[in-house]
Amino acid sequence: MSIRRFSAALQARNLEFLRDRTALGWNFIMPVLIVMGFAFFFSTGQEELYKVALTGQAELDAPIQNFLKTRYMDFIPVDDLETAISKVDRHQLDLLVDMDKQRYWVNSTSPKGYLLEQILSPYGLTRETVSGREIRYVDWLIPGVLGMNIMFSALFGVGYVIVRYRKNGVLKRLRATPLSAFEFLSAQIVSRMLMIVVVTVMVYAGTNLVVDFRMNGSYWLLMLILILGALSMISVGLLIAARITSEEAANGLLNLLSWPMMLLSGVWFSLEGSHPLVQNLSLALPLTHMIDAARAVMIEGAGLTDVGEQLIALLLFSVIFVIIGSKTFRWE
Amino acid sequence: MIEVEHLSKNYAGVVAVNDISFTIPRGICFGLLGPNGAGKTTTVEMLEGIKTPSAGTIRYKGKALGQQFRDEAGIMFQHTALQEFIRVEEVLKMFQQFYSHPRPIDELVEICVLDEFLDRDTRKLSGGQKQRLLLAIALINNPEVVFLDEPTTGLDPQSRRNLWAQVKKIKAENKTLVLTTHYMEEAYELCDEIIIIDRGEIISQGNPKTLLSDHFDNAVITLPAASLPDDFEPDAEASLHCQDGQIEILTSDIDVTIRHLLSRQISLHQLQVRSPTLEDLFLELTGHHLRA
Repeated sequence: MSIRRFSAALQARNLEFLRDRTALGWNFIMPVLIVMGFAFFFSTGQEELYKVALTGQAELDAPIQNFLKTRYMDFIPVDDLETAISKVDRHQLDLLVDMDKQRYWVNSTSPKGYLLEQILSPYGLTRETVSGREIRYVDWLIPGVLGMNIMFSALFGVGYVIVRYRKNGVLKRLRATPLSAFEFLSAQIVSRMLMIVVVTVMVYAGTNLVVDFRMNGSYWLLMLILILGALSMISVGLLIAARITSEEAANGLLNLLSWPMMLLSGVWFSLEGSHPLVQNLSLALPLTHMIDAARAVMIEGAGLTDVGEQLIALLLFSVIFVIIGSKTFRWE
Repeated sequence: MIEVEHLSKNYAGVVAVNDISFTIPRGICFGLLGPNGAGKTTTVEMLEGIKTPSAGTIRYKGKALGQQFRDEAGIMFQHTALQEFIRVEEVLKMFQQFYSHPRPIDELVEICVLDEFLDRDTRKLSGGQKQRLLLAIALINNPEVVFLDEPTTGLDPQSRRNLWAQVKKIKAENKTLVLTTHYMEEAYELCDEIIIIDRGEIISQGNPKTLLSDHFDNAVITLPAASLPDDFEPDAEASLHCQDGQIEILTSDIDVTIRHLLSRQISLHQLQVRSPTLEDLFLELTGHHLRA
């Protein structure tokens, strides 16, 4: 490994990224637009189903039985009341009904909770407020949107770019120099990592000025999650770019990977109550671990040990993908 | 300097290069000549260490291609791109960093005449400017051997002559040059020794001027095809070829051939006489044209 050669490749990639104003602009504009859109217009984006958690048993002839027959609702039985209340707080559940004590919990900032409350009102249950500062949907959404932006930036900024270099002959030209594959790939990883960290910090700070979302944990821990999360996504990009020679094939494969990640990693809506198969599948995606860890830190103020599992998962993903990606890498 | 023995390359059953052997002496400009698809680029890319031969050996200074070769070789590829949004001077500086003993940039600027567009984004270079930059990159490690793969393909005549001038400067530095081209005049102008390749095999080898004098002691007369009747038979000293609406008559005695044409009452309007070229040699050897 020659630091001089690595730095030269790194600097070239950084210049290329910074001077490509259109691509640079999108890296900033897309997440800001999404977050602003949700903060102010607060409308669609969640799945159509309403998630209502139930605890206790209702009498067979109790009026509440009619409520339980309402269509388009997903009734999820829960045992632990405290956990369920915090899930209402975090928008993972829209409503919690305790049928024994005839009461319900709702997050007053949740648009779905508001609608459900209207449907529930004829049954005369007591309203309980969720304790503490209520978490708005936008607080819950922010880590997801930032995570999604990191995913797109890493997959396309590394995967697609390397395939383009291979197709147009940039790699062939570099191969004929003493620059090693390891030096070249390291430069790509570090360049994209720097860009992701800078862009994410700026978008975070900028949207926070306007939306003032919740941050209960340590910024250092959040930065660690950002770096490990970005590394795991970049390594997926490297894996894709290891051998593909056509930009079309790379584009297809990157979309094939990014869309399920966007839908199954809990960017837009919680996977609470979804099929166990879907929940297990989501654990195989690095984005899930990054978003879960970031939400735990930002919303619940989780510490290092609380998100240890997710951090280890991200590190494992990164190591495995980087090794396979660099072992299978071909200049041509 | 480079010894090639029984070199072959197959692609999925197709033989691109078929058992060729040759030696490139130090300090000369060595040309690989042939039509598109003849196997020139495949051969030169095996010499550059970019492609692995299916069979045969390549030796550089008596050793297999290795780190020493990579440090001492400069390569100008036929199809290659540079990273976008980067200026010419920045590209040169980046490539300089890859080598332990790079050549100073001002020397490269002088040899390849880059001073007019040193600040320009690589995306905004003309074809000739881009080739000059790629040539400068090939020279950046002050190589002992320089590979130029079809350096002037697609350039206008002016840019082509400019690039020839730069190649001659490199020759004057006593570097070994390996040049592939399908332009016969380019090989004639630049090369000390050539091999002519067709369908993956060497069909002729030697100094371009010697090859011509060995094969031809004659001249080429060209006439528009319309000037000759369909049943025209050349005289005993001449043979006929037709290309692009022109009849080419290769003759060992111009006087006899012209008298023969006049005796058949053929108009000599638009008649041209020229010396044979490597193009004619290729035609003579293969029966088909180079740029078919």
